[in-house]
Amino acid sequence: MNISAKQGERFAHAGLALLLLGLLPLALGPYWLNLVGKYLAFSFVAVGIVLAWGYCGILSLGQGVFFGFGGYAMAMFLKLEASAPELPDFMVWSSVEKLPFWWEPYSSLTVTIASIFLVPIPVAFIFAYAIFRKRVSGVYFAIVTIALSMTLVVLNIGQQGETGGANGITDFSTLLGFDIINDAGKVAIYWVEVVLLLTATTLAALLLHSRFGKLLIAVRDREDRVRFSGFDTAMIKAFIFTVSAVLSSVGGAMFALQAGLVTPSLIGAVTSVELVIYAAVGGRLSVVGAVIGALLVGFMKSYLSEHFPEIWLFFLGGMFIFVVWVLPNGLADLFRKILRVKA
Amino acid sequence: MDNALASTSFAVASERPESTTARPLVNAKSTPMNGKILSIEALTVSFDGFKAVDGLDMSIDENELRVVIGPNGAGKTTLLDMICGKTKPTSGSIRFRGTELGKLSDYQIVRLGVGRKFQTPSIYEDLTVAENLEISIPQVHGVWASIFFRRSKEVRERIGYVAEEIMLKDHLRMKSGKLSHGQKQWLEIGLLLMQDSDLMLLDEPVAGMSPREREETAELLKRIANGKSLVVIEHDMDFVRSIAKKVTVLHQGRLLSEGSVEEVQNDPRVIEVYLGH
Repeated sequence: MNISAKQGERFAHAGLALLLLGLLPLALGPYWLNLVGKYLAFSFVAVGIVLAWGYCGILSLGQGVFFGFGGYAMAMFLKLEASAPELPDFMVWSSVEKLPFWWEPYSSLTVTIASIFLVPIPVAFIFAYAIFRKRVSGVYFAIVTIALSMTLVVLNIGQQGETGGANGITDFSTLLGFDIINDAGKVAIYWVEVVLLLTATTLAALLLHSRFGKLLIAVRDREDRVRFSGFDTAMIKAFIFTVSAVLSSVGGAMFALQAGLVTPSLIGAVTSVELVIYAAVGGRLSVVGAVIGALLVGFMKSYLSEHFPEIWLFFLGGMFIFVVWVLPNGLADLFRKILRVKA
Repeated sequence: MDNALASTSFAVASERPESTTARPLVNAKSTPMNGKILSIEALTVSFDGFKAVDGLDMSIDENELRVVIGPNGAGKTTLLDMICGKTKPTSGSIRFRGTELGKLSDYQIVRLGVGRKFQTPSIYEDLTVAENLEISIPQVHGVWASIFFRRSKEVRERIGYVAEEIMLKDHLRMKSGKLSHGQKQWLEIGLLLMQDSDLMLLDEPVAGMSPREREETAELLKRIANGKSLVVIEHDMDFVRSIAKKVTVLHQGRLLSEGSVEEVQNDPRVIEVYLGH
């Protein structure tokens, strides 16, 4: 079978939709669907990493910051609902007597959802534009982002009374009175997530096919030349970084809904690096590959850690080395080879 | 010679209105400088005390094709770097149609109408020739405008026209990384043509080209110079002779000599430092 790159891509997107909307819901019960949903939460981040890293060359090791933001925002709302009209339990334990002012907006679901989408925009944009304007890029940018995520973890843990500290935020089970832990709730959240994810992958593919998508590649390969064609490349890079931040935040919110807890480790450097690995395994130049990579690595993590609790990390590390070694462009490359997609 | 001059000034009159419609903003801001597109005064840059360019004065006319020559380390590339904003001058002034360039950032200078071709071909190898050209369209520099950009008929025609001009019409759909070295050089010149720069700075455009490609490039540059100003750095004296009316010789960051190819070649100072070697 010989097919063009365009056909191959359509095939991949259709296959992903079929898998998420048809095969998995039919084949899996609520317990497994909930697990898949958790893995898919990370795939939002992986799609963002494909856009920023794969296409624009911006390696961020701090995506966990935005993932964590979305997760905490959602968890704060759920926690307030769970403990209303009292203060959240961890606040009481730390003798916090009044709800901190920055918690107050999160008693409204509308505001919570809006903040999940909107807050990362100015934060990520200003942070990234300031750095890219100074022509800091490549490894140095990665170091700045990893430092940012480590700093925020320390800050978060230090504020036990306001953030839940090292324990994070736990113990919530309803969304506007709707049970999210029972089977019907898990399945409903899965559907919401899949619709959001397929929207994201479709928009990402459209973005990459626009002139802006070509510009991303141009900036990745020859940033100087792009600047000397009259573009403010810092603006282009900050924009795509912001897009990836919003995707991460949405993924974080979906994670909080399905995992039933958020902890500071979500923000941390280890999560951030793992997220890059998901994208690399799936294929850093493939939006669909990133989703599959997140699913696969997520599943392997669960499976291996259950069956080989002592040594599972070695398997995971081994898999990563294998993929990078044999398939530098990830699993997406394998499919391209099988289907003989022309470059 | 007189004829050529007359036809260029004719070109000024007939070509101007066109570029006014293409980029009204630029022309509104700029003030004419007695037919000079670029004037450089007392330009100096020093790197850790070493003066790569030292008190240089020179000017380029509208629609002029100027060749800059000089031995290695004469400051040729550094001069172009300063004009296009890649290197900031230590002191002195560079004015493009009356606008001081020293304080502007590189992409702002490009938007005024100064284009730069680098020494090694600098193109987007992962994109096709057509995509390379499309990216360089001057009016669309914003993020949103790029996302919602549609290839209009005019854009396609412009890409076709430039591709024809740079002899790559048959390669529009080819990944530009697969082009030959000489074709890559042409493509980068094509990017500047798409940008519609009024002043093009070309750093060794025929480096690594076959003799036939050199001839074709000479013809290409002469065609371009009809309506634009060009500053070309070149080592190959045969090539210089084939395109240049006026040559500037730099030596150790200073202006050594300026004039026609013959004048420069007969200048004893030039013979001593450069051609005599």
